Amino acid sequence: MSRRLFLALALAVAVALAFAASPYASSSPDGLERVATDKGFVERGKLHKAQHHSPIANYAFPGIDDPRLATGVAGFVGTLGVFAVGYGVARAARRTRT
Amino acid sequence: MHIPDGFLDPDAAAAAAVVSVGVVGYSLRRAEHELDERRVPLLGVTAAFVFAVQMLNFPVAGGTSGHLLGAALAAILLGPWLACLVMTVVITSQAFVFADGGISALGANVLNMGIVGALGVGYLMVWARHVLPRTRAGFLAIVAGGSWLAVMVGATATSLELALSGTVPLGTVLPAMLGVHALIGIGEAVITVAAVAAVMVSRPDLLTVRGLGRRAGAAPAVGGAA
Repeated sequence: MSRRLFLALALAVAVALAFAASPYASSSPDGLERVATDKGFVERGKLHKAQHHSPIANYAFPGIDDPRLATGVAGFVGTLGVFAVGYGVARAARRTRT
Repeated sequence: MHIPDGFLDPDAAAAAAVVSVGVVGYSLRRAEHELDERRVPLLGVTAAFVFAVQMLNFPVAGGTSGHLLGAALAAILLGPWLACLVMTVVITSQAFVFADGGISALGANVLNMGIVGALGVGYLMVWARHVLPRTRAGFLAIVAGGSWLAVMVGATATSLELALSGTVPLGTVLPAMLGVHALIGIGEAVITVAAVAAVMVSRPDLLTVRGLGRRAGAAPAVGGAA
């Protein structure tokens, strides 16, 4: 398998997992949330001002009524977006080499 | 273990941010030298993979869930410094786009998962690779141990920051965090070993990084190395 094909497949697996599996992921609190609840400081958590209008808050893509589809689309868009950001950062870091 | 805003006091959050800005800035400098042309797309794909698997919460004991952190996986694929950048890209995207993890707590989250987790444990795995038998089983044992440890040290750093902030006493938060993350870390180890084993059989050259995996040169990239 060529390196490029392997990377394309790996990206496809990531996108597929984020789109198809994330709607069925556990919605139970994670480790920190659990501890924060048990130890009584969970109510201190709040959104930053800059997060009041987050584009895809809570991993639900806006404008989609079906919650599972909204999560799946958020995963699809997010995974490709993070790939683009990571690729861009790597490209930019490499370009600063003189 | 993404800390939301409000859990840390401003001083602790600012101190963590100063450390993170410095270390991530230095990671970018290292990246200039460590990123060859072939590793640019690998960094993007690794970031995408870490983001995707962090959405997949699996149930652990008692109505609690965990998800893959991906710090050890990134370190194995890219080395400690580039892995720190990968985690920073993921955590920053999560905070600004998905409201997952705080903005003022961003420095702390990068410190816990990217610097202590990916960079610190990444270097520990490189060291372990030098002292343990250089066999396939030895390598996978390092992968398993490093994955579990990255989750545990991240949970420890989170606990320390919460205690320094006066949010909760260390003696209360540390055992609770370590208890639940010891279980999450087992899931992390199982999934990371499976992912690394899959890379080993298909593209072992992707693991030839910084003393991890087989030595560079043993497996020249075959085809498509553009």
